[in-house]
Amino acid sequence: MIELQGVSKIYRQGRSNEIAAVCDLDLTLQDNRVTVLKGPSGSGKTTVLTIIGCLARPTQGRVLLDGEILSGLPEKFLAEVRRRTFGFAFQRFNLIAGLTAFENIVLPAYPLAPRFDTLKARALELAETFGVAHRLDLNVDDLSGGEMQRVAVARALINDPRVVIADEPTANLDSERAAQFLDIVATLKARGKTVLMTSHDPRIWSANVVDRVVEMADGRIVEAA
Amino acid sequence: MSGWWARQRYLLDYASASLWRRKGRNLVLWAIFAALVFILGSVILFGSAIRREAALVLRDAPDVVAQAMRMGRHDMALASDIAKLKSVRGADRIEGRLWGYLYDTSTDANYTLQTPSAHAPDLALQKGEAIVGEGVARLRKLSEGKHLFLVSPAGRLLKAKVKKVLSPESALVSSDLVLVSAEDFRAFFELAPDQFTDIAMRVRNPSEVGTVSGKGALALPHYRFITRANMARTYEALFSWREGLLLAIATGAILAFAILAFDKASGLSAQERREIGILKAIGWETSDIIRMKLWEAGLISVSAFVAGMTLAYLHVFAMSAPLIETVLKGWSTLYPRFALTPHVDALQVTTLAFLTLLPYIAAVLAPIWRTASADPDRVMR
Amino acid sequence: MTRVRAIERGSSAVFVLAAALAGGAALAIAHGVWRGGDTTRFEATRALAEGAGLTDLALFTEARYARHPAMADLHSAFQDGPLSFEHFPSGALVAPARDFPAAGLRNGGAR
Repeated sequence: MIELQGVSKIYRQGRSNEIAAVCDLDLTLQDNRVTVLKGPSGSGKTTVLTIIGCLARPTQGRVLLDGEILSGLPEKFLAEVRRRTFGFAFQRFNLIAGLTAFENIVLPAYPLAPRFDTLKARALELAETFGVAHRLDLNVDDLSGGEMQRVAVARALINDPRVVIADEPTANLDSERAAQFLDIVATLKARGKTVLMTSHDPRIWSANVVDRVVEMADGRIVEAA
Repeated sequence: MSGWWARQRYLLDYASASLWRRKGRNLVLWAIFAALVFILGSVILFGSAIRREAALVLRDAPDVVAQAMRMGRHDMALASDIAKLKSVRGADRIEGRLWGYLYDTSTDANYTLQTPSAHAPDLALQKGEAIVGEGVARLRKLSEGKHLFLVSPAGRLLKAKVKKVLSPESALVSSDLVLVSAEDFRAFFELAPDQFTDIAMRVRNPSEVGTVSGKGALALPHYRFITRANMARTYEALFSWREGLLLAIATGAILAFAILAFDKASGLSAQERREIGILKAIGWETSDIIRMKLWEAGLISVSAFVAGMTLAYLHVFAMSAPLIETVLKGWSTLYPRFALTPHVDALQVTTLAFLTLLPYIAAVLAPIWRTASADPDRVMR
Repeated sequence: MTRVRAIERGSSAVFVLAAALAGGAALAIAHGVWRGGDTTRFEATRALAEGAGLTDLALFTEARYARHPAMADLHSAFQDGPLSFEHFPSGALVAPARDFPAAGLRNGGAR
């Protein structure tokens, strides 16, 4: 269970052009649920993802993971939490250019230093699941958009995280690919993962697999269903 | 320990993949680095080897050489002065040396004409005989039994039968040498029988060299006394002069190189920044990223250093330093051909390693440090 | 599944290259140890240096102060005037003796 309590995030604080991306936000995410944050650009959805995923610290308020306060932990522990608890699929995939699909998938596991055989087997299994096993030794720059996304999702899952965070996962996909992505989400949910996404794609909000849609505007929650 | 190594090996995996995708750039960088080390390493290896050689070879040079001075110039020594020196207690085997230079117009080379010591039976020469060094034999196409003709500046002719060609092994001290008998030498240069170039002395007790030359200076106030320690110091300074000069220039090159690397690295491209952000976002620690970059910089610089140094070793000791030779030859026509005996000064090699490796690694790491410790949320935007 | 075999660790290639470099360096070191202890050449040269009373290396034959730097008289390097440029490149390689003016003057150089 993840809780945000009174969380605010102000960028460029103290300067004349400061931006309050999130204001005094309370949000609770139950385990094994699929939650979608929706809202227009600049409503603070992505900022909420970065705060939950320990990529940024809140300016005010606190973040709790299973009742433990994360927001005050030193960077070293946050990195530990990030790689053990969260898997990220970014809007622009954020694959490392020039490396192969296989190398990209296994990257989050490097600091954990598992046996290479184990890691390779796990990467293969994920690649099979998402249909990119035959593309593993290709440079990621040579993959199609859909393949890139599936590699990105495989990378998010390599450390078997409890929570998968996806930022605008269908923004670059056609309808068919978007439907495929929802299938992936269903698979994740079936495996007991908690999924948190941002989207302004109606196909996502209305999907069966989604348990909860939270609407945001101007850094606040305006409607929680 | 194995966990630590497993993690380092994964970082090494990433570092090598990362180097490989920019292989052109990195190869050029590596080549420049290796070339820098090769040049500096060659000079350092050559210098330390030749200094050691000089020290070993000149161990049996005369203990003291007394040189007459007149009006600040080197003057001829007289037989009567040799007699005066003989009264100095502790001085042993005092003999006048005859040596001088001859510019040979036919080969455009300078020879050193000299007479062997009376105490060296295997070098003893009769009138009309000569022993020549390797370089002279090479230039004049001489071999044992052939005749050597020399013309003095005054027009006198010397015809001598070559008794022996000195072995190429001794070329470093004897390449330009022409040994002739004292009689021929005096006749050729028109020297009076009581004149010598300078006076060589042996001192019975090595710890007395200073005292003996001091006493000699009292007996012969217009003489300069050069001890073997003075000669040795001259050769300790050989090349350290130019080595210092070269290193000073090279420091500039190293700095320029460091600035280049720093400039390249500090202007971290947007792509590199994004990459660091991605790695942090997917759970790498700041220290992982810095270690990975350390592997990257270390792979390039350490391997380039080892390669450059190995090549320098080959160049100097297996190929007799053809690149340095051209510099050393300068204007001389007659340059000794010699193969240096390997000698590596570990301290100098270590110094070179510090001078080249540290600036590079520091220049690569410094900007990464700043970027890697930033919050990774920028990758989300 | 044949593709899987193509996945190799980058570090394996690094190890191969490192081993090659280390091998080359080890050969050079071995050569140095093997040849560096060989003093037969020195012995021959020393005997000659003693017999002929040699005091200098025959590295630079173009000028007398470069051919016999240990024997060079005090002023030969400056004989064309202290401000004149070095004629011969080798002059830059051979430094004056470290006790250049002191010992010479004390021992009667400039009387």
